[in-house]
Formats: sequence, structure tokens, C-alpha cells
Amino acid sequence: MTSQIPVKAQNAPTDRAAEVLGGPVSDTSLRRYLEGIPGVDAVGLEARAASLGTRSIKTTSKARALDTIISLIDLTTLEGADTPGKVRSLVAKALTPDAADPTCPRVAAVCVYGDMVASAVDALGASHGLDTAPGGINVAAVATAFPSGRASRSVKLADTAEAVAAGADEIDMVIDRGAFLSGRYGEVFDEIVAVKEACRRPDGRYAHLKVILETGELNTYDNVRRASWLSILAGGDFIKTSTGKVAPAATLPVTLSMLEVVRDWYRLTGERIGVKPAGGIRTSKDAIKYLVTVAETTGVEWLQPHLFRFGASSLLNDVLLQRQKLSTGHYSAPDYVTID
Amino acid sequence: MSRLSVAKTYKLYIGGAFVRSESGRVYEVTTKKGAFAANAAKASRKDARDAVVAARTATAKWAALTPYNRGQVLYRVAELLEGRRAQFVQEIVGGEGVSVAAANAQVDAAVDLWVWYAGWCDKYLQVAGTANPVAGPYFNLSVPEPTGVVAVIAPQGAADSLLGLVSTVAPAIVSGNAVVVIASESAPLPAVSLTEILATSDLPGGVVNVLSGSAAEMAPWLVAHADVNAVDLTGADELDWAGLEAEAAGTLKRVVRPTGRTLAPPALSRITALTETKTVWHTKALI
Repeated sequence: MTSQIPVKAQNAPTDRAAEVLGGPVSDTSLRRYLEGIPGVDAVGLEARAASLGTRSIKTTSKARALDTIISLIDLTTLEGADTPGKVRSLVAKALTPDAADPTCPRVAAVCVYGDMVASAVDALGASHGLDTAPGGINVAAVATAFPSGRASRSVKLADTAEAVAAGADEIDMVIDRGAFLSGRYGEVFDEIVAVKEACRRPDGRYAHLKVILETGELNTYDNVRRASWLSILAGGDFIKTSTGKVAPAATLPVTLSMLEVVRDWYRLTGERIGVKPAGGIRTSKDAIKYLVTVAETTGVEWLQPHLFRFGASSLLNDVLLQRQKLSTGHYSAPDYVTID
Repeated sequence: MSRLSVAKTYKLYIGGAFVRSESGRVYEVTTKKGAFAANAAKASRKDARDAVVAARTATAKWAALTPYNRGQVLYRVAELLEGRRAQFVQEIVGGEGVSVAAANAQVDAAVDLWVWYAGWCDKYLQVAGTANPVAGPYFNLSVPEPTGVVAVIAPQGAADSLLGLVSTVAPAIVSGNAVVVIASESAPLPAVSLTEILATSDLPGGVVNVLSGSAAEMAPWLVAHADVNAVDLTGADELDWAGLEAEAAGTLKRVVRPTGRTLAPPALSRITALTETKTVWHTKALI
């Protein structure tokens, strides 16, 4: 994994994976490759994560960190009780996180269920699109029978295609953890490739694909590392820790191990893959630990919305309270932010 | 062979748990005669912030109990206080330099005061609430409700170190408020011992949070904290309490001013000062 493998720009994921694997993609070649990856030193990983979490970020650095966090948030609502009205208010919050402070940055994206994409796109109006509109926001949709992923391939692909057709810029898919844990790596690989293809828009561009590993169900750091490699090999643009529906969700050591894979992949191919910890990150203090971990593992160039995201709903309010504390000089209160 | 005595290092009481100060600081508490008594935690503004979060979390549960039930919980605290009389007497004698008889009298007064306020739990509503006279077929009722989180600066100094604390904390929690109290800096031991009673009573964690340390250091943060609904400045004589009151006005807090005494005299007004009046309208049944 140390030599640089040249990657052609338009390589299909399967061709590129074959190049990395040194042969055609199959269950056998994937197993040989993934299970040949050195194991994770769990104690060392946790100690490293804990030590990265002890940095003291204060005053101006903290102000900068808080604004960075907001600009990296995928503001999320994934409830059975979601309505178009709920999505509209989520979008309003995404566009104007702190109504009392016009200098407050916007979040990176709103993350909703597939059937709510049209409502989100509609509510965003001219501000839709992180890259296309000034101050724009992306719409991310969870797809592929989120959160369990227990549906037939055709249902998952239809789910994805519908969300993309409705205007989703990003698709958050879940891997089939059952297949992964049974060692059917080829099946997981094929599914990611197929979903990636379903992300193709009529104009030939692709919606960004985030692959959710659901690390809470993978049990070991070794599995997290293998699933990360597998997802990247199969063409995922982002690897994401969790759905937020399973505990434990994102933890710092798990995110660190995924960042290490991303760093190794960058060294191997020169391609930058994004990372999205999701679920369980509720305080600014926690989020700042993630920023430190990213900066120390993959480098500060990863601290931008195209390469790092927080999947969160309640985190934004805590960051806003901290921002208000910095600007007013006294502690703020939940009465001064919205109830989501 | 002589034995080394084991001196106690006290902790803060936040959210029903005994925690060290986030700052890691402690300060030495001495007896009136200047001998070493114990180490107490010196709380920082971040401990105060954490205590407010704990108090805010606790208000819903505490205020939702029936007034009768709240009263029972507070009676039980008084029972436990009575049962640990000897410890309080010893701490008062050491910290205040008073006689054992005077210390016993102070514990008596503290227990009696606690019981007196406990009794108000299911009575202050009837006295402070009212059915307003109206000119139509409906009711109009005004009832007091707890204001929420109350920051209390307990009487500072080394007199009435238990009674002063009880006289400010008890009336605040009667109606269902949760309290963050800064104990007497020079004589904090009775306050810290009281937390050991509260922890083993049925009082939900977070209803009373006790910070030991410098009132001058923490008070400005608490009075300006947007999540604090009222401040009781009873023990703020020595501080710039007018300045604190002005600061509290920034978020429209209720303010109870210093009494100029070592305790707050028992009064129903201390309970009602920390409540909000809710007035509701309801039709009469048309039968």
C-alpha cells in the first residue's frame, strides 16, 4: 500500500478497485485484500483519540472553530413524524442559524428522508446548491432502505434514483451490514457500485455518495477499517460512521480509524475522500475534538464541507449558544435558540 | 506511635453527584481559631455553568411533583438533618467559634425552619393564588408557579453558617424551583455536609446544587447567565450587589436583595418572590 498507483480520472470504480486489488473484483480478491490489511491496535487508537481530545481551544481559535463547525454541519431531521412543514423550518434554520447574528455562517447541507427532498429543494429556492449558489446549501437524502438497509437491491436503487430525481445533491446510503459481517464483500461492493450509478443525473454528473458503515453494528475497529476500504474502493465519495439510529453512533476512535484510511487512500491514489461522523455529537466541545482529530490525521485541508461533515441535529444549537457566549460575554440559554 | 489524621477534601454537589471543581482548585478551610479543618473545592465559573445546566434539567421533574409530595420530600430532609445533628454541631462550633449550646440552638432553628418551609409546599398556592372577581359566566384564576432556576448567594461570613444557608435555599425550592447556591466561603462545611443529606434524601438530583468557593468570582457569571431566572442576593452584602442587580436586569431576572443580616428571616414572601403568576380563564359549565 505504499507505492503510488496512478488512477485515471474517469476510471470506473470497478476498474480502479481491480487495479488496487491486483486482479478482478470478486469475493475472493476482496477478502484477500481486506483481511490482509493489518489489524487495528485498539488500545493505541483509543489512547490516540483520547489525547487528541485534550487540546485546549480557546478565545479566537474557539470562535473560528465554532464557525467552522457550523459550516460543516449536515442539519438533519430523520424522524417518522417528519412533515413538509418540519423540513421547511429545518431549511429556515439552515439558512439563518442565528437570527440575531447575521455574521453566523450557514450549514453545509440539510439531510432528510428521500420523500422530503422536494420540500427541502422547494424551501431552499435560490439558495439550493453548495457549489452552484452563493451561500447555497446542499440537500442530502438518506436512501437504500435507511436505516436498516434491509430491502431488495431494486427497491434500494429506486429509492436512490427517486431522491436524485427530486433534486438531492448528496445520497447517504447504508451498506448491507449482514452481508459484510458474513464476509460477502463482493455483494456489498456491487451494491455500492450500483447505488453510485443510480446517483447519476441526466446531465451525466453524479450526486455525491456517502456510504454509511453503521460502525455500531460492525463490532470491531478491524471491521470498521475493512468497511472503510471497501466503501472507498467501490466509489463512495464520503464514508459516514452511523445512521444515528443505532447506539453507539459516532465515536472519536472510530472516526479516527476512518480518517486514517482516508489518509492512506490519499497517499495511495491522490484522491480525497470525505468523512462524516454522525449521531451522538451534541456539544461544541465534542465537535472541536473532531476538528482537532481531522487536522492532525488528514490535514486542515479536510476541514471544508466537501471533505468533512457532522451529521447532527442538536449540535447546531449548542454551537450557537457557545457563539452567543463569545459575543455577549455571558452564558446563553436554550431560550435563545429554536426548539427543533 | 502517633497516627496521621485523615483530613477530608470536600467536593461540589452538582446534579446529584459529588464532583471536583473543573478547575481542580481547592482551598483550605480553617476553624475560627485558625486551625486546619478541611479542604473544600473552589468552584470556577464553569462549575457554576454546569450547575445551572443540572438545575435546568431538574426543574421539570421537581416542579411536576404534587405539592404534597414535594412537602414530604422536604420533611424527610429535615428528619435526616436532625439525625446528623452531632456533625453539624461540631462543624458550627469549629467554624464559628460558638459554644456547643449555641450550635445546638442553630441546628434546632435550621431544622424548624426547614420543616416550616416544607409545610408551605401544599399551602402557599392557596394563600398566594386567587380566584379573580369577574363580570361574566367564567372563572379567572391566578396561581403562582415556580420561576425555574434560582441562583442563590447564601449568607457569607462565619455566623449562622447552617441556618443562613437553609433560610435561603428552603424557600426557593418549596414552589418547585431548582437552586444553584454559592455557600459561605469562610464556613462552607455545614453547607457541604447538608449536600450529603440531600444526596441520600428523596430530593431529585440537580434540585439543589452547592458550590463552595468565591462568591465574588462566581456571582457575576450567575447573575448574567441567560438560563437563570432569578437571583437571591441575600449574602451579597459585601459584594457590589447593586451592580449585580443591574447585570441581572439584562435578562429580566427576579432579584431578592440582601437583608443585611446573617440569615433571611422566614417569610411567605421569600417563596412568592421566586414565582411567576399565571392567570387562566375558564368557562363555567352551562347546565
